[in-house]
Amino acid sequence: MKEELIISGRNIPNIDPYLHIWHWQIPIYLFLGGLAAGILFFAALFTIRGKSEQWNTAVKITPIFAPLALVLGLFALFLDLKHKLYFWQLYTTIRLESPMSWGAWVLMLVSPISFVWVASYLKEITPKIWTNSKIVNLLIKILIKPVENSEINWEWKWKFVRNFEKFIQNNRVGLAWITIVASVILGVYTGILLSAFNARPLWNTSLLGILFLTSGFSTAAALNMWLSKNPEERKLFSRFDIVLIIIELFLIVHMFMGFLASTEVQIEAANLFLGGEFTISFWVFVVGIGLVIPLIIEILELKGFHVPVAIPAIMILIGGLIFRFVMVDAGQITRYLY
Amino acid sequence: MKTTRREFIKISSLGLGGIMLSSPLLSLFKDDDEEKRNDEITSKRYPNYCEVCFWNCAAWVYTNEKGELWKIIGHEDDPNCNGRLCPRGTGGVGMYSDDDRLKKPLIRVEENGIQTYREAEWDEALDLIAEKLSGIKEKYGAESVAVFNHGSSGKHFTNFLQAFGSTNFAGPAYAQCKGPREEAFEVTFGHALHSPEPLDIRDTKCLVLIGSHLGENMHNGQVQEMSDAIDNGATIITVDPRFSTAASKSKYWLAIKPATDLALLLAWINVIIEDELYDKNYVEKYTSGFDLLKEHIKSYTPEWAYGKTTIKPDIIRATAKEMANASPAVIVHPGRHTTWYGDDTQRLRAVAILNALLGSYGKRGGIYIPDTASVYKFPGIPAFPKPSWSWNDIYPEKYPLASLGVTNVLVDASHPDNTSDKSIKAWIVIGTNLIATMPNIARTVEAIQNTEFVVVIDTMPAEITGYADVVLPECTYLERYDDLRLAQGRIPTVALRVPAMEPRFDSKPAWWMAKQLANRLNLGDYFPYEDYSEVLEYQLEKLGTSLDEMKTKGVLVLDRPYDDLYYKDDEEIEFHTNTGKIELFSTSLAAYGFDGLPKYTEHAQPPAGFFRLIYGRAPMHTFSRTTNNPNLCDLQDENKLWVNPKIADQWGFTADQEIWLQNQDGIVSSFPIKIRITERIRWDSVYMTHGFGHQSDKLTRAFARGLSDTEMITKIMIDPVNGNTGMRGNFVTFLTEKPIKEEVES
Amino acid sequence: MRYAMAIDTKKCVGCSDCVVACQTENNVPIGYARDWVVEVVSGQYPTNLELEIRSERCNHCDNTPCVRCCPTGASHIVEGGIVLVTHNECIGCGACIQSCPYDARYPHPEGYVDKCTFCVHRLNEGLKPACVSVCPTKCMYFGDLDDENSDVSKIIESRKWKTLAPEAGTQPQIYFLV
Repeated sequence: MKEELIISGRNIPNIDPYLHIWHWQIPIYLFLGGLAAGILFFAALFTIRGKSEQWNTAVKITPIFAPLALVLGLFALFLDLKHKLYFWQLYTTIRLESPMSWGAWVLMLVSPISFVWVASYLKEITPKIWTNSKIVNLLIKILIKPVENSEINWEWKWKFVRNFEKFIQNNRVGLAWITIVASVILGVYTGILLSAFNARPLWNTSLLGILFLTSGFSTAAALNMWLSKNPEERKLFSRFDIVLIIIELFLIVHMFMGFLASTEVQIEAANLFLGGEFTISFWVFVVGIGLVIPLIIEILELKGFHVPVAIPAIMILIGGLIFRFVMVDAGQITRYLY
Repeated sequence: MKTTRREFIKISSLGLGGIMLSSPLLSLFKDDDEEKRNDEITSKRYPNYCEVCFWNCAAWVYTNEKGELWKIIGHEDDPNCNGRLCPRGTGGVGMYSDDDRLKKPLIRVEENGIQTYREAEWDEALDLIAEKLSGIKEKYGAESVAVFNHGSSGKHFTNFLQAFGSTNFAGPAYAQCKGPREEAFEVTFGHALHSPEPLDIRDTKCLVLIGSHLGENMHNGQVQEMSDAIDNGATIITVDPRFSTAASKSKYWLAIKPATDLALLLAWINVIIEDELYDKNYVEKYTSGFDLLKEHIKSYTPEWAYGKTTIKPDIIRATAKEMANASPAVIVHPGRHTTWYGDDTQRLRAVAILNALLGSYGKRGGIYIPDTASVYKFPGIPAFPKPSWSWNDIYPEKYPLASLGVTNVLVDASHPDNTSDKSIKAWIVIGTNLIATMPNIARTVEAIQNTEFVVVIDTMPAEITGYADVVLPECTYLERYDDLRLAQGRIPTVALRVPAMEPRFDSKPAWWMAKQLANRLNLGDYFPYEDYSEVLEYQLEKLGTSLDEMKTKGVLVLDRPYDDLYYKDDEEIEFHTNTGKIELFSTSLAAYGFDGLPKYTEHAQPPAGFFRLIYGRAPMHTFSRTTNNPNLCDLQDENKLWVNPKIADQWGFTADQEIWLQNQDGIVSSFPIKIRITERIRWDSVYMTHGFGHQSDKLTRAFARGLSDTEMITKIMIDPVNGNTGMRGNFVTFLTEKPIKEEVES
Repeated sequence: MRYAMAIDTKKCVGCSDCVVACQTENNVPIGYARDWVVEVVSGQYPTNLELEIRSERCNHCDNTPCVRCCPTGASHIVEGGIVLVTHNECIGCGACIQSCPYDARYPHPEGYVDKCTFCVHRLNEGLKPACVSVCPTKCMYFGDLDDENSDVSKIIESRKWKTLAPEAGTQPQIYFLV
């Protein structure tokens, strides 16, 4: 029998016996980042194709969730840092070889864009912005002033904001191009971030970037499908989802085929999911509940059986979240040595 | 029997003493680690010699610019360590920083029917001790006070005891450890080996380790020299039932059946004599009794030994040849902890005989002739009074060849079943945790309960402190002056200890305690100095230097004034034996009715379902005293039980499973131990490192971690030659579930 | 200048002096370790047992995955190929810990990521790293690989050696003599 053990008593918290440096904060951020990327992608896509009125929810309503998701996601990331007071060092340099640096800067780009996007449609979404609460109104008054008008009862307070709004509204397509590129980078970098760690065999596959991107888009499509009141739009996103889920399933199978045909450490990594401790959480929750069952439901929907749209949407969202939890936890367990 | 006195006091944290400062708050825009980096330039260093084990390597103790203890590094001029300390020495900083240290003198009192300790000031504690000791002296005579000691601090109390009127002091290092080999070499060569062993490992061509696991035991100089020997291409032959670290570096590993080592040694002697591989010149010139030996070992053939040891005859012959080819640069290592089966002096006699036949004694690459520096005694100390009896008068018919105090004799003389008319009534224990050292714990405790007064002096709240009437907190070696170190070696050296730090809490050095006690008992003349540095100043001046100079030097290297490291070829030598020669046949042993030549005796093998308990060392620990040291605990915080995979299979064990042990006398372990399933151990034995399984919950890092092998050693085989306690004849079986124990007297 | 270390597994006894010396020299907090000792046992009792003991630490690789993935540049390489972390540039994101196949890095309780520095502060004073200086078996060699007369260059020239996880592509600079 072979023994390989550390005899000097090393027992570093979160490193031994298995690496566990990233906890819930990272999967939450990956999920929210992917979701925001997908939301902005669809919003930008339809703007470019001139369908912003037709697919009204996707372009104007759902993007409200993008800045929300990004802020929450960034906050989760901040919580994950162990040297929090120095977080600003991230923005003193761009390191082209570091996916994390890419991510930091892309987020810097996408977050303001998502705010601007929402703000530029704010008048359409909430023509009557004033609430019943005095405190909330006071906060709103920082940026907004009331206006006498039966349709839209508010206006931006500051002149440069009003000019900026006009500028954006005249250049929606341009903004959409920037957004679509940034959102794809955002969606794919979350996967590339993990796949760039060659020390963790489970992550070290180039499929991970596309897989996370597809997953992010699929969660955004599910959200759009859920929020839309327009049955045509719901059907559109349902079809998107079907395609995306099929692609995801294909990628997942391909990923495992790749692991099993690779070296010993990858085979061991794959075995975590094929009989190991993550088997159930992956195949039942991520693939079953998160992919296959929604797929079946949506195909049935297309054939005419009516299922409340919330059900597959929620399943896809949950599946996407658990997928990231499983990948982050399992990946840290896989290793080259010992 | 319900005891009213001296219940083991398990109450945790009594006194607070000093409270460690918490680490400074994170400063916002802290600079690089350059700022808080300790560095050689701004630090100060003080000479010292390590006290963690008996090797006493000279060292430099570094403190940073804030005066905090930084690190301990070996002294480059000291031949014991050559500038490199072992992990225990490097981790010595933990001895200082350990907050579990004894902080104030403690006096046993009874409160509400429960015995506990009360903190006291030094004056009160010392007054009490003086009062009790003088009462015992009046009633029973000064000889009824005994000292159990180990380490540099022990010297001050053995001096005190002798001034008091008793020579009944003993250290476990003799009767529980090296006794057999000291006497075996004494009667053979006329000179015991002493410490550190004068083995010329760095120049040897063949090193035979039988009963030594160098590399796991961390005899610093020897491990360093073994590495040199490996570089020089020396052959290492290891005889061990376990695949030790040394075995993994050996050309030959003889996986011997336990308890049969003497058979192998006799077979080697047989081959070397029968095949005429011995050093004829050396044997003829320097030894006596060869013909008797030759006759004696005729029947101890390798084929016979194969039946006993399971080592094949051709291997026995090949290794014997290997040794003979290397002669005289060959060392049959005598080991150190040699108290195994009760016939240990005879076994070490075989080792001594083998070395003599190979002509290695006094030769390069063999056993060299060590030299020790000597210093002047501090003037003005009167001669010690002569006591009317000593420890070897207690059982005059027993242990005739014991040259140093036998601890178990003192324990026997304190025990209720003492058969002698002489008995011990009071104990002073300093620097040794007798509960973890002496086998058959129950007997030691019974003996303690039967005495009238026990004082324990220690740095840590080890188990022995739970039985004392008075506990005195000693400061560590980093905080005090002590005698000059005069270790033997190839060249004589003198090493200085000066305090690098102030004593923590209310701890004090042993010399101060001894002096204070002496003053109270009108023995102040024996300690005619106010501070021990006066003694050092005097002695160093006589050596041609001064305390101030030595503080910057640390180690004084001297010349060998009289003799050489090795015997010259054909030099005329008279050995300190009855015949004036190396006694292959021991006339001393024969004179006392023992075998003049070692005879093989069969020892008990474990019964079915039981396994022999083999214990050993880990290089990051020593005794039981380091298992609470924060730095060393970080390396190993518990011991594990090595179990062969075949046995693990049979019993259905999994890795790291916790089990309890029960020995042949029905004693069950207090704590469980985790299993390590490994091919490195035989199927009839189990192995664990010594020093764990602490009962004292005041040792926060060591309490209940691992299992105490001492607890499992209740069968003792006494060596009739010198009273040493053989401990490797204990067998254990496994209990997979926590045993239900009745009310246990600890 | 390319600093590297060679460790003779035939002489190492696994005493872990290197671990304790590093701890005291560099004030590594108790419970954390910049280096560690690994024991590998193979074979069967008693015929063909073999024991290999390795003292491991950051390998100061030539193709460092950790420096590559650091988003702030806190992980950087200095002269001699030594990989260091600037404490007040590190945000504690843990990416470097994820990227090291040797588990050489750890999150220091003060927030930044820490690891073996080849005792660069000692090198500046002409001393060897603490572990190399303390090893009782003198089985550790340290020096400049670009200098053909350094003891490291000479020893790996004359002995068989291996590195850890070479398939990870990191080009580690700790050579284990076997």
